Amino acid sequence: MSVHTLTAARLPFADLVAPVAPSGVWQESAWLLVAIPLVSAAILLLAGKRSNRWGHWLGVAASAASFVIGALILVSLLGVPAEQRVVELHLFDWVSVGQLSLNAGMRLDPLSLTFVMLVTFVGTLIHVYSVAYMEHDKDRRRFFAYLNLFVAAMLLLVLGNSYLLLFVGWEGVGLASYLLIGFWNYRTEYAVAAKKAFVANRVGDLGLLLAMMTLFASVGALDFASVFAAVGSLDSSTVTILGLALLLAACGKSAQFPLQSWLGDAMAGPTPVSALIHAATMVTAGVYLVVRSAPIYEAAPNAQLAVVVVGAITLLFGAIVGCAKDDMKKALAASTMSQIGYMMLAAGLGPIGYAFAIFHLFTHGFFKAGMFLGAGSVMHGMNDQVDMRRFGGLARYMKVTWITFGLGWLAILGVPPFSGFWSKDKIIEAAFVPVEGAEWRAWVFGTVVLVGAGITAFYMSRLFFMTFHGEKRWTTAAEGAEQHPHESPRLMTWPMIVLAVGSVALGGLLSINSAFTTWLEPVTGHAEHHEPVLPVPVIMAATLVLVAIGLFLAWRQYAASTVPVVAPAGSLLTRAARRDLYQDEVNDLALVQPGAYLTRSLVYGDRQVVDGAVTGIAHGTVGLAERLRKLQTGYVRSYAATMLAGVVVLLVVVLVTRI
Amino acid sequence: MSLTNYLVLATLLFTIGATTVLLRRNGIIVFMGVELMLNATNLALVTFSRIHGNLQGQVFAFFVMVVAAAEVVIGLAIIVSIFRTRRSASVDDVNLLRN
Repeated sequence: MSVHTLTAARLPFADLVAPVAPSGVWQESAWLLVAIPLVSAAILLLAGKRSNRWGHWLGVAASAASFVIGALILVSLLGVPAEQRVVELHLFDWVSVGQLSLNAGMRLDPLSLTFVMLVTFVGTLIHVYSVAYMEHDKDRRRFFAYLNLFVAAMLLLVLGNSYLLLFVGWEGVGLASYLLIGFWNYRTEYAVAAKKAFVANRVGDLGLLLAMMTLFASVGALDFASVFAAVGSLDSSTVTILGLALLLAACGKSAQFPLQSWLGDAMAGPTPVSALIHAATMVTAGVYLVVRSAPIYEAAPNAQLAVVVVGAITLLFGAIVGCAKDDMKKALAASTMSQIGYMMLAAGLGPIGYAFAIFHLFTHGFFKAGMFLGAGSVMHGMNDQVDMRRFGGLARYMKVTWITFGLGWLAILGVPPFSGFWSKDKIIEAAFVPVEGAEWRAWVFGTVVLVGAGITAFYMSRLFFMTFHGEKRWTTAAEGAEQHPHESPRLMTWPMIVLAVGSVALGGLLSINSAFTTWLEPVTGHAEHHEPVLPVPVIMAATLVLVAIGLFLAWRQYAASTVPVVAPAGSLLTRAARRDLYQDEVNDLALVQPGAYLTRSLVYGDRQVVDGAVTGIAHGTVGLAERLRKLQTGYVRSYAATMLAGVVVLLVVVLVTRI
Repeated sequence: MSLTNYLVLATLLFTIGATTVLLRRNGIIVFMGVELMLNATNLALVTFSRIHGNLQGQVFAFFVMVVAAAEVVIGLAIIVSIFRTRRSASVDDVNLLRN
C-alpha cells in the first residue's frame, strides 16, 4: 500500500498522453462548435423584432448543430486508439508578449467531449422546452440569444486548450448566467439575485486569476500541455497555492462552501435556465476545472484534501438546507449544491475519484435537468406557484410530468438500476478507500457521503411526495388564484421524456465494462483498484438501507399524513436550514458589513483629509481676505494715518538700529 | 541764534501739517496741510544744508518745490473736478471705489 500506492497513483501523470494533431474534417472544424451558437446569439440580439417569429427556432437549430458536430467528433475519436484521443487543434496565435507565447486552440479529449455532449444534448432539449415554456414572454427572442451565448461560452470553457481560454469561457458563462438570472429584471429581487450571483462568481474568478498569475510566474506558460509537463518541477508550496487558488475558483462557480449562497437565489431565473445553467452544466464547471487540473492536484496532497473537505461540507450543507425549503426550485437548488459536493469530494480523492466525479456529473446533468424541467412543468400548470405546501396530488393531473420526475427522483436516490446508482455508489465506495498515513479520512468522508445519501433520499422524497402525492392543498380563488392543473404541451413533455430515459438507462449503459471510466482514462489516468475499508457489498447495503429509511420517513411525514399548508415553526435546525443555515447572515456579518464600514471610513477620510485640505486652503484665504478687507475703509485720512504711522515706525527702527 | 531752533520750527510746522491732513475733511485744507508739511521739510533740508556746509540740501529743497508745484496743479484739478461732480470737497465722500 505504502510507497507502491503513491507511485501507482501518480504514474498516470508521469507520462501524460501527448496531444496529437487533428485528423479528419470534423476535428479540424471543431471551432464551429463555439462559433455557431455565438453567431446565432449575435443574430438574435442584432436582428431585433424582425427575428421574433423565427428567432427561437434559430436558437434551437444552433444548439442542435453544435450537438451534431460534437457527436461526429466523438465518433471520430472513438475510432482511434486511446493514446491518440487527446487532440489539440491549433486555431491562431493569440497572445505573444515577452516570454508569454500563447496559442488559441481547442483540446479535444474524452473529458472535454463528455462535456460537449452533455452541454449540447441537454442544452438542445432545454432549448426545445423553452420554445413552449417562454411562449407568452415578449422577450423570448432575447432569452434564446442568451441561451445560445451560454452554450457558446460553456463550450469554449471546456474546449479551451489553456487556462486563459478557459477563463474567457468561464467569464462568458458567468455573464450569461447573470443575464438569465436577471432575465425578468423588472422585479427588483430578481435583479438583486443576478447581482449576487455575479459578485459571488467574481470572488471565485479571483482564484482563477491568482492561479494564472502563479502559473505565469513559476512556469511561464498557461496552456495545459506545458503546465502539466512542468508541474513536476515546481516546489510543493507553489503547487499547493495553485491548487487552493483553483479550488477557490471552483467554489465560486460551482456554489461550493463558502461561496454557495448565490445558487438558491439564482432560481429567480426562468426554470429552463435553472435546469441548464444552474443544475446540469455551468455549476459543474468547477468540477471540470479540478479534474482538468488533475496533475496539479496530484502534486499537492494538501490542496486535494481541501477539495475533499469542501465537497464534504457542501454535500451535507446542501442536503440539510434541501430538507427545509418549501420553494420547489430552491429545494432542487440545494440538492444540486449537495450533488456537486459529491462530485467535488470525488474529484479530490485523486485518480480513483476523477472518473466517477465526471460520471456523476454526467448522470446528474440528465436527471437533475429533467427534474428541473418537471418543476417548470408543474409551475406551468399551477400559475407559476413554487410553494410545495400548496401542491399535492398532482400525479393524477400531470401524468407525464409525474412519471418523468419520478424517474429522475429514483435516479438521484441511487436506486438500482437507475443512473444515479451507478455513479453515486462508486463515489461512496471511493470515499471509503483508505489513504496511506491518514486512515481516518476513509471513515470520516465515507460516513459523510453515506449519511448524505440518506438525507438526499429524505429531501428528494419529501419534494416528490409533497408535489405529486398526498391530498390537494391548492390555493383557491379566495386566496388569489384558483388552480386548474393541466399537463404541459408536447414541446415541453418530450424533452422531459428524453431526459427521463437518460436518467433510467444512461448510468447502466455507460457502466458496462466500465466503458465510461475507460473512455476518460487518457485524461484522468488509470486508477488501480483499491479495497475500501469496508467490503463493497456492505457499503452498498448500508447505502440502500439509509436511502430506504430516508424514503420511508419522507413518505410517512409527507404522503401518509397531512402536510400543513403553513410551515410549522419547526426545530432550531429547521429554522436555520430555511434560511440557508444563516449563510447570508454570516456573509453579511463577515464581509458585507466590514466592507461597508471600510467604504464609509474611506469616504469620511476623503471628505475630511483630501477634500479638507483643498477647502481648508480656500477657507483660510477667504478668512484672511475678510480681515484685510477691514483695513480698506475708503477714508483717505485713515490711509494717511497709516502711512504716517508706518513712517514713524520706520524712523524709530532706523534710529534704534543706528544707535 | 542756534540752528536748532529752525529744526524745532520745522518739526512744529510738519506736525501742524500732518495733523491738518489727518483731521480735516475739506480737500483744500488737506492740501494746505500737505503744503505745510512739504515746506517744513524744505526748511529742515535747508537747515541741514547749512549745518553740514554743503549745497545738497538746498538742491533737494528746490526739487521738492518743483514737484510740489506740479502736485498742487494736479491735486487742485482733481479736487475741483470732484467738487463739480459731487458738490462737495470733503475727502471722506470720495469713496466710490471702496464698494
